Amino acid sequence: MAIDWTNFTPWSSLTGGMLLGVAAAMLALLNGRIAGISGIAGGLLGAKSGDKGWRLAFIGGLLAAPVAWTLFSAAPASKIDATIPELIIAGLLVGVGTRYAGGCTSGHGVCGLARLSGRSLVATLTFMAAGFATVFISRHLAGQ
Amino acid sequence: MLAFSAFAIGLLFGGGLLLAGMANPAKVRGFLDLAGNWDPSLALVMAGAIAVAFVGFKFAKRMPSSLLHALMQLPGKRQIDKRLLVGSLAFGTGWGLAGFCPGPAFVALGGGSMKALIFTLAMLAGFAIHWGIERK
Repeated sequence: MAIDWTNFTPWSSLTGGMLLGVAAAMLALLNGRIAGISGIAGGLLGAKSGDKGWRLAFIGGLLAAPVAWTLFSAAPASKIDATIPELIIAGLLVGVGTRYAGGCTSGHGVCGLARLSGRSLVATLTFMAAGFATVFISRHLAGQ
Repeated sequence: MLAFSAFAIGLLFGGGLLLAGMANPAKVRGFLDLAGNWDPSLALVMAGAIAVAFVGFKFAKRMPSSLLHALMQLPGKRQIDKRLLVGSLAFGTGWGLAGFCPGPAFVALGGGSMKALIFTLAMLAGFAIHWGIERK
């Protein structure tokens, strides 16, 4: 392992993370809900009519964020190396996996750990390990 | 009111993801690449988010209803079962493959990325597959 000092962004990442924490705290305190994106979006299926509005509004906020961002400054860098077939397989795995796991990086990784949930800790360690293993295999064994 | 606050909070959450670098799959995969050139940034995203959210949940846990008078719906599930483990393994594999998890996928889609659209449609199909199998 070598630390990638050129791409390391400690301050913006820490500040961005704190904003995520503020948003998660606000959604709990104001709406009484967990800021878990897979739960909010996946829960639209089969949701009662009165339970759909806030879910769609939250997703609308996520979609609008980069638009609002570019009103004030240049769009931040974003690079997607995955091929189209990889994106399709990855999307299916993320969609099905997060629903069976009952959460993703936000629901388990941020909110669950902040609530000191043992179940979320196990989920987070498991998906992190799978993520590390997948990148290791694709970059260092398969030679991509 | 609940929809309005959800939109504003979604906007803030999306801004946090953009600032943190989470909406950049190459950066996310740089964090997951322990054996290569490791970018530790995302560990700080998690640390900052958890530290702040911890304080919020400390108050939320004691409230019977939210400040906007909605029912406080915090998860009570504790069991660690096969669904949690297999689901998390599948999720982590997809996350490592594309560098996208659900929140950043929506943010990148809002930024107009065609590849994010493809990923998001596949993810929504994944939600629908789960719903089709599990709905009672």
